[in-house]
Amino acid sequence: MSILTWTYIIVGASFGLYMYIAWASRVKDTKGFYVAGGGVPPLANGMATGADWMSAASFISMAGIISFGGFQGSVYLMGWTGGYVLLALLLAPYLRKFGKFTVPDFVGDRYYSRTARIVALICAIFVSLTYVAGQMRGVGIVFSRFLEVDVNTGVIIGMCIVFLYAGLGGMKGITWTQVAQYVVLIVAFTIPAVAISMKITGNPVPQLGFGGTIEGGTYGGRFLLETLDAINQDLGFAAYTAAYGPGQKPMLDVLCITLALMVGTAGLPHVIVRFYTVPTVRAARLSAGYALLFIALLYTTAPAVAGFARYNMVDTLNDKPYAAAPQWFKDWEKTGLIAWLDKNGDGMIQYRAGAAFTGKLQFSGQTGPHGEPLLKNAPTNSPNELYVDNDIMVLANPQIANLPNWVVALVAAGGLAAALSTASGLLLVIASSISHDLYYRIVNRKASEKQRLLLGRVMIGLAVLAAGYFGINPPGFVAQVVALAFGLAASSFFPILVLGIFSKRVNREGAIAGMVAGIGFTMLYIVQTKFMGMKPWLWDITPEGIGAVGMVINFAVTFLVSAMTPPPPQEIQDMVESVRIPKGAGAAVDH
Amino acid sequence: MQPNLQEYWKRNLRLMVVLLAIWALVSYVFGIILVNELNAIRLGGFPLGFWFAQQGSIFTFVILIFVYVARMRKLDKEYDVEE
Repeated sequence: MSILTWTYIIVGASFGLYMYIAWASRVKDTKGFYVAGGGVPPLANGMATGADWMSAASFISMAGIISFGGFQGSVYLMGWTGGYVLLALLLAPYLRKFGKFTVPDFVGDRYYSRTARIVALICAIFVSLTYVAGQMRGVGIVFSRFLEVDVNTGVIIGMCIVFLYAGLGGMKGITWTQVAQYVVLIVAFTIPAVAISMKITGNPVPQLGFGGTIEGGTYGGRFLLETLDAINQDLGFAAYTAAYGPGQKPMLDVLCITLALMVGTAGLPHVIVRFYTVPTVRAARLSAGYALLFIALLYTTAPAVAGFARYNMVDTLNDKPYAAAPQWFKDWEKTGLIAWLDKNGDGMIQYRAGAAFTGKLQFSGQTGPHGEPLLKNAPTNSPNELYVDNDIMVLANPQIANLPNWVVALVAAGGLAAALSTASGLLLVIASSISHDLYYRIVNRKASEKQRLLLGRVMIGLAVLAAGYFGINPPGFVAQVVALAFGLAASSFFPILVLGIFSKRVNREGAIAGMVAGIGFTMLYIVQTKFMGMKPWLWDITPEGIGAVGMVINFAVTFLVSAMTPPPPQEIQDMVESVRIPKGAGAAVDH
Repeated sequence: MQPNLQEYWKRNLRLMVVLLAIWALVSYVFGIILVNELNAIRLGGFPLGFWFAQQGSIFTFVILIFVYVARMRKLDKEYDVEE
C-alpha cells in the first residue's frame, strides 16, 4: 500500500480512538470539566502531562534544531525537562493541597486581592493564546505534508476534532485522550529512532548507540560523536560536542536560556493545572515523576536521533553527485524542506557552513541540467549549496532507515497527536480562565452549575475559533512570541507561586509589584530586541533568556515591597500553613 | 503550627535543598559551566560534559523526583500527616 493510503488508515484510526474516548468520558459538572473530577490516577496523569507538554515543536522540530546546533541544542533538552523538578519539589504538591481549579484562583486567594487575580488571569490567557496559535499551525503543516490536503483544510479538520473532545469531555475528555495521544506519539517517535540507531551503530537503544561506534562506511569503527566533531570542523562548523567557540552562544546566555525555560515550564498554567486533577498530594508528587519519566523517553531519544541524522545527512549527501541522491531527498525536495543550488556547476552537492542563498526558499518551476528544481533565490558567497529545514530530520527518518510505509504514516499520526494534545490542554486553560476566573469569580458569583458548564463549553468553542484563525492566518511573529510566553511565565507566575507557599510574610502589595516589575522588564526587553531591532543590551543576553533576569527582578521586588508593607492577615498565614501539610487535601473543591 | 509539624516542614525543606543542589550541579555546573573541561573525559563514546548536557542531566532529574516522592512518603508517615 502507498504511504498516502496508510496515512489515511492510521490517522483515521487514531482520530476514531480520540472520538470514542471523548464520548466515553463526557462530563456533566464543572468539577469534571475543569479538573477531570480530581480523580485521575498518577500514572495516567503522567502520560497526559507528557502529551500536554510535548508539542509539535518537540516532536517534529527539536531533533532537527539539535542536529544543526550540536551542544547548543542542549538548552532545550535541559530547559524543557528540568522544570519538572521545580514543579515536583516546589509547586505541584502544595497547589494540589490548596485544591482550587486554576492558577489565578491560587494567586487571587493567597494574595487576597482581585487585582492580583486579574493580573494573573491576563497572563494566563496571553501565554496560552500565544502557544496555541503555533500548535494549530503545526496541525495544518502535518496534514498538508502527509495527507496532501491544503494547510488551511488541515487546520479546520484539527479544530473540529479538538472542539469535539474538549467541548464534550472538558478536562476529563482531554486527559484520557492525551493518555492515548502519548502512546501514539511515543511509539511513532521510538520506532524510527530504534531503526536508524540499528542502521548506523548496530545498537537498538538510541541512547546507547549515540555513544557507540559507526558500523561500516568511511568512518566505520570510530565513535559517532568523535566523527561528528571531525565532520563538523571539516565543513567549517563548530565541533558538535564543543561549547562557547566562535559563532556559538556565550556561557551566560546558555545559562539564562536554560533557566528561563526551566522556570517558564514550571510557571505555565496548562502544565500546573494538570496537578489539580489527581486525588491526593502524594499522587501530585508521583505524577510529576511519571510525567518527567514519559517526557524523558522522548527527550533522551531526540538528541540521539539528531546525531544519527546529522551523520547520515553529511555521509549520504556531501560531495556526492545530485543525480545519485537518495529517494528521500527527491521526495522532500517537493515540499521545500530541502533544496540544492548548484553554485559551481559541478553537479555535486557541497554542504558547508553558512546559508546557501538569501531570503525564503522559492522554486522557479524550472528544472536545471541535473534534473534539480531551480530556485528564484540569489546565491550567497558561501560555498554551501544545500538548504535543509530542521523538521526534515524527524520527518524523513523512516525513509532514511528504509522502514515500511506504515511507519511513515505512524510518524504523521504521532505529529498530529503531539500538536492536538498540546492545543487541547491550552484551550481548556483559556476557556476556564474566562468562564471560571473572569465570569464566575469576578462578574457573577451566583451563576448556577449548569450556566457555568455551558459557558465553559461556549468558551472552548470560541477559543478553538481564535486558535484556528491564528493557525490559518499566522501572525508573522508567532516564532518570536514563543520566547515571550516562556519569559512571561518565568517572570510572572513562578516567583509569586513559590513565595506564596514558602513565605508567610510575602503579601498582596509585594506580589502585585513583583509581577508587574517582572513582566514589565521582560516584555520591554523582548519588544526592544525582537521588534524594535535593538541589540541585546544587558550582557548580550538574548530575548529567549531574559525571562531568567525578569524572574530575579520579580523575586527581589516582591521581597522588598513585602518587607515595607504590613504582613498578610492571620487567616492567609493559616492557609499557607495548611497548604504545607498533606493531611486533609480531599478532592479539588469549589470554595 | 504545632512543634512536630514545624519539624516536618524543616525536614522537607532540608531534603528539597539537597535535591535542588544536585539538580543545579548536573545541569548548570556539569552541563553548562564546566562542559568543555569535562569533555576531556570520555564516558565510552561520549565526551562527559556533552553527555551531562544531552543525556545525564535528564536521567538525574527523573531520579531526583522519584527520590523526593519516596522520602516524602516516609516523612508523611513518620509525622502522621498522610491523607
